[in-house]
Amino acid sequence: MSKILELKSIYAGYKDDIILNDVSLEILDDDFIGIIGPNGGGKTTLLRVILGLIKPFKGTIEYFGDSNIDRNNKIGFLPQINQIDNKFPVSVYDVVLSGLIYNNGFYYKHSKKDKQKAKETLQKLGICDLKERHIGELSGGQMQKVLLARAIVSSPRLLILDEPNTFVDNKFEGELYEILVQLNKDMGIIIVSHDIGTISTYIKTIACVNRGLHYHKSNKITEQQLASYNCPIKLITHGEVPHTVLKKHNH
Amino acid sequence: MVIELLQYNFVVNALLAAFFASISCGIIGTYIVTRRMVFLSGGITHASFGGIGIGYFLGFNPIFSAAIFSILSALGIEFLSKQTEVREDSAIGILWSFGMAIGIIFITITPGYVPNLMTYLFGSILTVSKLDVWLMFGLSLLIILIFSAFYRLILFVSYDQEFARTHKIAVNLVNYLLISLVALTIVLNIKVVGIIMVISLLTIPQSIANLFTRNFRNIIIASVVLSFVGVFTGLIFSYKLNIPSGASIIFSLVIYFVFAKLIHLLINKLSIRRKTKNFELIK
Ligand SMILES: Nc1ncnc2c1ncn2[C@@H]1O[C@H](COP(=O)(O)OP(=O)(O)OP(=O)(O)O)[C@@H](O)[C@H]1O
Ligand SMILES: [Mg+2]
Repeated sequence: MSKILELKSIYAGYKDDIILNDVSLEILDDDFIGIIGPNGGGKTTLLRVILGLIKPFKGTIEYFGDSNIDRNNKIGFLPQINQIDNKFPVSVYDVVLSGLIYNNGFYYKHSKKDKQKAKETLQKLGICDLKERHIGELSGGQMQKVLLARAIVSSPRLLILDEPNTFVDNKFEGELYEILVQLNKDMGIIIVSHDIGTISTYIKTIACVNRGLHYHKSNKITEQQLASYNCPIKLITHGEVPHTVLKKHNH
Repeated sequence: MVIELLQYNFVVNALLAAFFASISCGIIGTYIVTRRMVFLSGGITHASFGGIGIGYFLGFNPIFSAAIFSILSALGIEFLSKQTEVREDSAIGILWSFGMAIGIIFITITPGYVPNLMTYLFGSILTVSKLDVWLMFGLSLLIILIFSAFYRLILFVSYDQEFARTHKIAVNLVNYLLISLVALTIVLNIKVVGIIMVISLLTIPQSIANLFTRNFRNIIIASVVLSFVGVFTGLIFSYKLNIPSGASIIFSLVIYFVFAKLIHLLINKLSIRRKTKNFELIK
């Protein structure tokens, strides 16, 4: 259990709009954090800050254990699927290999080791038979697995997933979470989800993001707690999470 | 007939131009089509007319001013759309018409007769000079080198920029470099089919290739071959029927496209029939 990174009172947003206010968060390599919050609350923005895609206005991010350069392959990222052009001419295998992009100083070829790793990752996720397929010939769930393979092929210390359950059915969702639980033995995981009911049985802790962050160090949460965190989220019944529809929150 | 034509210098130049045009347009066109930058490329093409006008006015080879002008507009569009509030297609629209306006103004105020204006607008591969051929050769070589050395980088950045950014790839640098190559490719191939039609060399061969393969590298190779076949057929038509070469090249390319599409449909149909038959046999 060691620290991967630490956000220290981060203020971040776009142009003159501050979305995240004074966010501090410590991420350990055995964490499994579920991020919830209303639409527009800043969940994706928080991920973008962690990934280094946007620079915070104020505050610092400290990365531990690796040199600053090395960290680039140490965070795996699974973006929202709808951002990707599925007519682009690449195969599944190519996409997975692209997860190792930084490892090759010269970008012409992949080493034997890289190829081996890509194959092992496909195997791990049970999608070896899709290897030579064009990405346009996949179902939503298969595509998610391919993108997950790309995210973990570099054996990152931290895996970040932005709403991986958007385009998939319940069966795949369960399968995905089981895979994540396995992966969590080797890496920290941050997952954004609207369906807190389903993820709460898999995650270890919950972070509520709504313009700020409230870190709830347990996977059980009640409507009162959510309300006190400024997080008006619909809870859908599952296990021990109570069924509640919270009142709309006014700023 | 070909042997006898090869005695003429301009025919040799035209064939060499066709060859190098196929290489640069085949490769860069694949990049343009797969990244859905066709409209952007149309914008750069028309903006380059401004450079041509300035070249005429100042009295030097319009190719050079067009090259500078179109690289600047390409970088301008990229910058405006990525770093400012302006929408990309609006930025393209602005520079597209602005370039044309500059061109028209400078050509109008150029004293006396403006030679070869039609060459730039509608293309005329039979008038390419030795210098043009050398420039096209240099550009093809440069593109081949860059795409061989950085093939995977270009592929991955084109596929998913955001992901490449999370791996600290200099995505902006890659984009700016490639958009400059796009601009150069467009300008140096203007003489082949003209400003109005150069976009065809960057899209039709790729669209044909994309019917039969969905591998980036194969699309590139097939597009290069198809471009050359198309330009060559166009030249023959142009010679036999005495029609302008630019238009005849585009015409041939489109004929090939239609033909390829029909073959593609036929292949699919046959394959479906075979598969249903197999299925019935199993039953
Ligand atoms: N590129 C951008 N430029 C300007 N504002 C943005 C940008 N992206 C997001 N925002 C704004 O920032 C706020 C937070 O957005 P963010 O995408 O982080 O929300 P989210 O919590 O991920 O929401 P969702 O659940 O809908 O995915 C929103 O109000 C949004 O309008
Ligand atoms: Mg989001």
